Amino acid sequence: MSANLLKESGPREVFCGLTSIVWLHRRMPDAFFLVVGSRTCAHLIQSAAGVMIFAEPRFGTAILSERDLAGLADAHDELKRVVRDLLARRPEIRTLFLVGSCPSEVIKLDLARASEQLNQEMEGRVRVVNYSGSGIETTFTQGEDGALSALVPMLPSSTEPQLLLVGTLADAVEDRLITLFKRLGIDTVRSLPPRQSTDLPPVGPGTKVLLCQPFLSDTSRRLRDRGAEILQAPYPLGAEGSRLWMEAAARAWGINDAQISTTLDPLMERARLALEPHRQKLAGKRIFLLPESQLELPLARFLQRECGMELVEVGTPYLNRELMRTELDLLPDGTRVMEGQHVEQQLDRVREARPDLVVCGMGLANPLEAEGIATKWSIELVFSPIHGIDQAGELAELFSRPLHRHQLLAAGRQR
Amino acid sequence: MDLTLWTYEGPPHVGAMRIAASMKGVHYVLHAPQGDTYADLLFTMIERRGQRPPVTYTTFQARDLGGDTAELVKRHVREAVERFAPDALLVGESCTAELIQDQPGALASGMGLNVPIVSLELPAYSKKENWGAAETLYQLVRGLLRQQPANPAAHNPQAWKDQQRRPRVNLLGPSLLGFRCRDDVLEMRQLLERHGIEVAVVMPLDASVADVMRLPEADVNVCLYPEIAESSCSWLERTFGQPFTRTVPIGVGATTDFLTELHALLGMEPPASDEGAHQSRLPWYSESVDSTYLTGKRVFIFGDGTHVLAAARIARRELGFEVVGLGTYSREMARPVRAKAKELGLEALISDDYLAVEAAMAEAAPELVLGTQMERHSAKRLGIPCAVISTPMHVQDVPARYSPQMGWEGANVIFDTWVHPLMMGLEEHLIGMFRHDFEFVDGHQSHLGHLGGLQAAQPEPTTATAVATVAADASGETTLTWTADGEAELKKIPFFVRGKVRRNTETYAREQGREQIDSETLYDAKAHFSA
Repeated sequence: MSANLLKESGPREVFCGLTSIVWLHRRMPDAFFLVVGSRTCAHLIQSAAGVMIFAEPRFGTAILSERDLAGLADAHDELKRVVRDLLARRPEIRTLFLVGSCPSEVIKLDLARASEQLNQEMEGRVRVVNYSGSGIETTFTQGEDGALSALVPMLPSSTEPQLLLVGTLADAVEDRLITLFKRLGIDTVRSLPPRQSTDLPPVGPGTKVLLCQPFLSDTSRRLRDRGAEILQAPYPLGAEGSRLWMEAAARAWGINDAQISTTLDPLMERARLALEPHRQKLAGKRIFLLPESQLELPLARFLQRECGMELVEVGTPYLNRELMRTELDLLPDGTRVMEGQHVEQQLDRVREARPDLVVCGMGLANPLEAEGIATKWSIELVFSPIHGIDQAGELAELFSRPLHRHQLLAAGRQR
Repeated sequence: MDLTLWTYEGPPHVGAMRIAASMKGVHYVLHAPQGDTYADLLFTMIERRGQRPPVTYTTFQARDLGGDTAELVKRHVREAVERFAPDALLVGESCTAELIQDQPGALASGMGLNVPIVSLELPAYSKKENWGAAETLYQLVRGLLRQQPANPAAHNPQAWKDQQRRPRVNLLGPSLLGFRCRDDVLEMRQLLERHGIEVAVVMPLDASVADVMRLPEADVNVCLYPEIAESSCSWLERTFGQPFTRTVPIGVGATTDFLTELHALLGMEPPASDEGAHQSRLPWYSESVDSTYLTGKRVFIFGDGTHVLAAARIARRELGFEVVGLGTYSREMARPVRAKAKELGLEALISDDYLAVEAAMAEAAPELVLGTQMERHSAKRLGIPCAVISTPMHVQDVPARYSPQMGWEGANVIFDTWVHPLMMGLEEHLIGMFRHDFEFVDGHQSHLGHLGGLQAAQPEPTTATAVATVAADASGETTLTWTADGEAELKKIPFFVRGKVRRNTETYAREQGREQIDSETLYDAKAHFSA
């Protein structure tokens, strides 16, 4: 490992873990995410979700009022009342996630105890699970880690050999990956989170885990505690990373090289063709990734190795060296990897370096565009189907499009 | 504890951000946990702002809570003052910081910084965004002007006459993330200029700290958005004797009344009462024969207080609509909205539960909804045309073109925006006259076919001969069947009203206890509903 690992601290411009509800609730349509928090929490989620407003959304906020703050005992009763009302109105809910927030953590509202009591009361009709998505403890994608790790103790035990894909994938991408694993010769492939919250996969000594997302520290630790083996691989972003990721499973299943090549080589060739037009636009261009989604390292690896981009700085809100080991190994010597953030100082460095493209949050994108710097929203990378060899072209396109647009408009201005 | 699925207003510190971001040279240090920075995107995405809001967040984390969060606040205050060199500093806290009671305002004031500091206390567990904006504006005005010598009794709003100068007013209330404020300010400047009235300070939008200091120099204050500016206007009146206007100039009638009120305060000759008829196209467009079909259109109005009060007046008195529902999410404006509703023979809906608003909307069965982005969604689900008249808004409600709500041009904009969704691209009387022509028959739908909200709400059966069975409703009592003859008759009705006719007919059939709908049922229903 020879990346240049740096740290800084100061004001941060990142989402909190509550934001991950925006994609988690779409993955499990029979689950409801109830944030126990403030008006700020409710406003955050609806703002991050943008135009996605539903008649009866599958997430909401139990907003604490002054009365709840005055008496904690009453707050617990109040929470149970809100949950009972909600479940009475929405009988289709099978799993209820009680999600802790900054205010609920600070006043020490005991969501674990509330979940336990509600579980007894519901007698199995609804499963109540709790985790924290608070900004004082979690950043953006860490919310998914919290939700999934809260599910791990509920997984049934089994010694059956299986491949477990962990981390939310778009349904279509998941289907495709399962097809490919079957072609390779791995027949039992399951996912966490499942598509139905009641359809939890089993776990045990026969389970080998491929992490689909790089931000699942707690979940992978808990899965290991249940006897699962976490396969070491880069993450399935880009053709190379996705191939190494699939190969890691194939090797764990003892599948021979010939079978791997027969299955994956044609895909790699197709991906190379799909990537080429984007590589031409991206090669030699300089990119600066601000910390937000924790996808920054795998994305940087893909953009550098497969698209020929130059990495100015790769930010990450939090660096788990163990989970990122293979990714760090694939980065060029001396790559500036910055853990944490001082947003003002980091923006100073952006302005000084004048990169061709900046990956950043929605709050920073237009201000940077106004300074003439092309940007890509990091939140879009969490929503888009970008995993797997087949998606490499689409992933590259997300980065080449803003550059292409800047060139078009610049040419238009010169006329 | 209340279950909230969606909220009309953000927390009060977002209101404070709106004031800080609207102004020049004002910086806001917000004691807030990591994640509260989401609020920046409201400005950079919805308003497409090219600058970050001038806010430094302390973004504390759990590990900081064990240590010295007060020191953390001071470090961020110091860094913000060094980096941004503001002319005034707002210091406050978000909901979580309120619980840990660091009192950031007092901490900042004790640091001996050479900058005016305004400490904000915005109770996050009882108040909301608009209140936070109003309170911040008030604290800022009061904090900066408190030291100025004041003699309210000596203020004469007609002093301009003796001083050989034009009368001078301040415009108070326009802010970022307010509805069309940018364009309203421009329109008001033009309107007042035409009457020889000078605009001294606009606040908070684009105001500097030096501008705030000049507020007392105006003869009269113009309160454009009472939600945001009324408390500041009252304080300026109490402290410096400046009277302020109560009429919000949205619509031709209200603009006329506003001009009359302002001229009277300034001791000027009243303006011509028919100015609106000359300056705005709304009065004539509304009188023109083409608008006859607008008569008695049932309209449901919901939004912030300022805009629903204006909308109710325009709908009833300037467009000849029938107001069938009126409400607001602004509790601070509940009283005038209740009074207005009573005047219209209605009971006002004061609620911030969008599902209750949607239910009231469905119950009122309007032909047009005037609301916020949320009512637009609800109306779409119900298949009712809608125009957005109030925040909360979406990026599409911040148009590139000039589109004020206030003044004469604002009235023009309102006429177009409200009437277009009703017309759906075709004049209604033409639809009536030509409805049997082949163009309106299936397979010859115009290019507007994809636009119909009714269509979207109720997709038509795909086969021409289908005999549809309508699923029993929730109570499970009746199952309705459309006969082939009934379906054929329904097909003759233009596609853009077909969904409504289908619904009406089914409602009628259920009421009558019929199980089959044939062409006769359809005509019976038609007669029933037009009776």
